[in-house]
Amino acid sequence: MPTPTPINIDFYVILATLLFVIGAFGVMIRRNMIVLLMCIELMLNAVNLLMVTFSSYYNNADAQIFVFFIIVVAAAEATVGLSILILAYRQLRTIDISIFNKLKG
Amino acid sequence: MIATLITQILGALTIASAMMVVLSKHPVRSVLYLVVTFFFISGLYIMMNAQFLAIVNLIVYAGAIMVLFLFVLMLLNLNKEAEPKTPTLTWVIASIAAGTLFIVLIGALKDIVLVTRPGDQVAVSNIGLVKNLGNTLFTKYVVPFEISSILFISAMVGAILLAKREKQTID
Repeated sequence: MPTPTPINIDFYVILATLLFVIGAFGVMIRRNMIVLLMCIELMLNAVNLLMVTFSSYYNNADAQIFVFFIIVVAAAEATVGLSILILAYRQLRTIDISIFNKLKG
Repeated sequence: MIATLITQILGALTIASAMMVVLSKHPVRSVLYLVVTFFFISGLYIMMNAQFLAIVNLIVYAGAIMVLFLFVLMLLNLNKEAEPKTPTLTWVIASIAAGTLFIVLIGALKDIVLVTRPGDQVAVSNIGLVKNLGNTLFTKYVVPFEISSILFISAMVGAILLAKREKQTID
């Protein structure tokens, strides 16, 4: 097991920001509902990466516990979101997000 | 500095595979690239000595959640024609918006002052090992840990209820 060496914190901050922006970009350009959910998972992972970075930086375990709970909530969110998606697909026979504007007033 | 080099390569590969998640046309390929991204992120956790989270990330995200996504994709049985097209104007506007968001976030994070530690280095700490995290989780955070089980059972009940009610309306 290689011992990890210190690295500049700016690298991790830029990396996590870039991951978050890629996730937001995906939410903006894609119209497939499953890919949209996946882009949300990508954004959650960017936040997780930043929290683990600062947890190592400040030598504090609380942030890593929060990352653990974020993973728990993401699992529950994916379950409910995908079941709603299947329900919507059975009703309308499509997963195009722009079809689902029935609540528009 | 071989570890620094490994970290930078892992970071570059993470960004590349995340871009492929967004840009690939086929949803199954997006899921597979997302699994690859999670593997690289787990590698970054290991480089920060957060071993417990690296393993949990692999088991829960790459193992459970992504398999769930793949199951749903297989269940829906989408072909390539079903993939919705994005207009070119949306591409342009989304690129500008994402670039602006990146610049704003970097500009906001550039000036943060990190107080406690001299030097801008992420130190190697033993805080991410299973023993230390387990101690914290089951003493200080034991109530949120138990409440998360209620969250899980309510999510499970909700998913089953959504699936079941639909079956009754079909019959």
